[in-house]
Amino acid sequence: MEESKYMNPYLAGTLLGILLVATIYITGRGLGASGAIKSYAVTTMQTIAPSHTAETKFYKEYGKEHSSGSPLMNWLVFEVAGVLIGAFLSGLISNRLDLKLEKGPRSTTKIRVAGALIGGLLWGIGSQLGRGCTSGSALSGLAVMSTGGIITMFAIFVGAYMFAYTFRKFWI
Amino acid sequence: MGPLVPDVVSNNLNFIAALVIGIMFGAILEQAGFSTSKKLVGLFYGYDFTVLRVFFTAGIVAMIGVMGLEHYGLVDINLVYVNPTFLWSGIVGGLIMGLGFVVGGFCPGTSVCAAAIGKIDAMIFIIGAFFGVIIFAEGYPIFEPLYKAANWGSPRFFETLGMSQNIFAFILVMFALSAFWFSSIVENKVNKVNKPPIRFTPYYIGIASIGIIMGLSAFIFPERKASLLERVEDKEFVSSYKIETMTPDEFALCLLKINECNKFQIFDFRTEHEFKKMSLPKSTLFTIDNLFEKEPNKLLNLKHKVNVFVANDELTEKKMAIIAGELGYKRIKILEGGLETFKEQILNYTEIENPKTVDEQNTNRFRVKAKSVIPILIQNNKSAGPVKKVQKRVVGGC
Repeated sequence: MEESKYMNPYLAGTLLGILLVATIYITGRGLGASGAIKSYAVTTMQTIAPSHTAETKFYKEYGKEHSSGSPLMNWLVFEVAGVLIGAFLSGLISNRLDLKLEKGPRSTTKIRVAGALIGGLLWGIGSQLGRGCTSGSALSGLAVMSTGGIITMFAIFVGAYMFAYTFRKFWI
Repeated sequence: MGPLVPDVVSNNLNFIAALVIGIMFGAILEQAGFSTSKKLVGLFYGYDFTVLRVFFTAGIVAMIGVMGLEHYGLVDINLVYVNPTFLWSGIVGGLIMGLGFVVGGFCPGTSVCAAAIGKIDAMIFIIGAFFGVIIFAEGYPIFEPLYKAANWGSPRFFETLGMSQNIFAFILVMFALSAFWFSSIVENKVNKVNKPPIRFTPYYIGIASIGIIMGLSAFIFPERKASLLERVEDKEFVSSYKIETMTPDEFALCLLKINECNKFQIFDFRTEHEFKKMSLPKSTLFTIDNLFEKEPNKLLNLKHKVNVFVANDELTEKKMAIIAGELGYKRIKILEGGLETFKEQILNYTEIENPKTVDEQNTNRFRVKAKSVIPILIQNNKSAGPVKKVQKRVVGGC
């Protein structure tokens, strides 16, 4: 079966915006993603090296900020679990489920794997410094007009355009 | 009044809400095409601006929506998470994420989305992000000075710029609309499509007019707080507004019989300094800002209670009572003449010499008694101090 066409971007954007308003109305906070990855990272470290995390400042500060129980009992962990389900269902409906590695026409599998891994690493570090990623800091920050969120949003765009030419062979 | 968490929606139910919100979030992202890195990085190479369109449309819809909620008093913005501003950390972090975007082809949210439909590169990306957080955690002593530098608190951008929220919103909407237009020109050039970027099809006219209406609606949304504050400065409006009053004698009687008279609760609108020096029994220190906040308002909403507003002068009391009335609070009374008159007529009462009528005799008897008892009540109340209202802001972010 043919893949379905993607939704009109303005329609998708409007729906996403309404969802974000509803989220803020119900929970008082915006959407996010990188925080869930952080929760898993912290949990993993606490499990494999409990004595190390008990003495390292980052984990101690994390524990102080998220006082209620396990780091996995976290709003974002549940939200991202939802994202997985929602995206899977959407892919199922639109016939887009397919196990594959996607890469640019001039890129190789090796480059793509390394790029994805390093890109991920950079996001892991960057989203900590930016106190959120595209969803948590940029989009949700824009919704509440947070100064920090909007600055980070522009920094993400500037950074990407600054380095786009250098890595053009990855994609075009 | 929102946010519904934690009063209406309990913390456990909130996790279910998170799951449902996440499902919708994931489905929308996937339907928009955010599950393929080729489409995502398109905007950095000019061949596909879907991400920009979805992102900015969502951003301005949400922004105007939040303004609307704020405007109609449906949400207490003081309780909503506003991302904190750490200037340098935010900029450097953003640049690193931008680099990560063109290297990795995803951002965290979209990578989860893509992994869900089987993209292997997305799964590798998530593993990378996982280790990225660990690198940050282990290298925290190195990052910490940058991470915590230039802490500006949680300002909102229009406050930082010192402009009105409406003008800022309008500028952002116009910025987004021109970005949509400009990106279409670029996209068509790169893809060698010979179509004018703006085609006056009903569809595009519809989108543009919704955008412009949204931009203009920012001006129709003067903040309710600001407009109310302005209205109570109008003397005619204030003097024509009817508010129930209590005479100093009635008020004193109520203080004397405070235990039987627990229908009454007093809201004191003086400064904290004055309140500390002398506070009435069962009174709560209130500020004009409290009237617009969610937590303090629970007190005002208590059923079967009469809310008595006091301040030094009656005009201030009346202004506050009008604002509260306009906000929909019921059973509000003010003290006639304010606390100044109350002090003069009760606390510092000088007896009428040779009372001639029964009325004067009664007044004398009552006020002399009140004069001796109420100061003791005030004295005993001193230990209570002003009521601190703890505001719990929702913890958000990543």
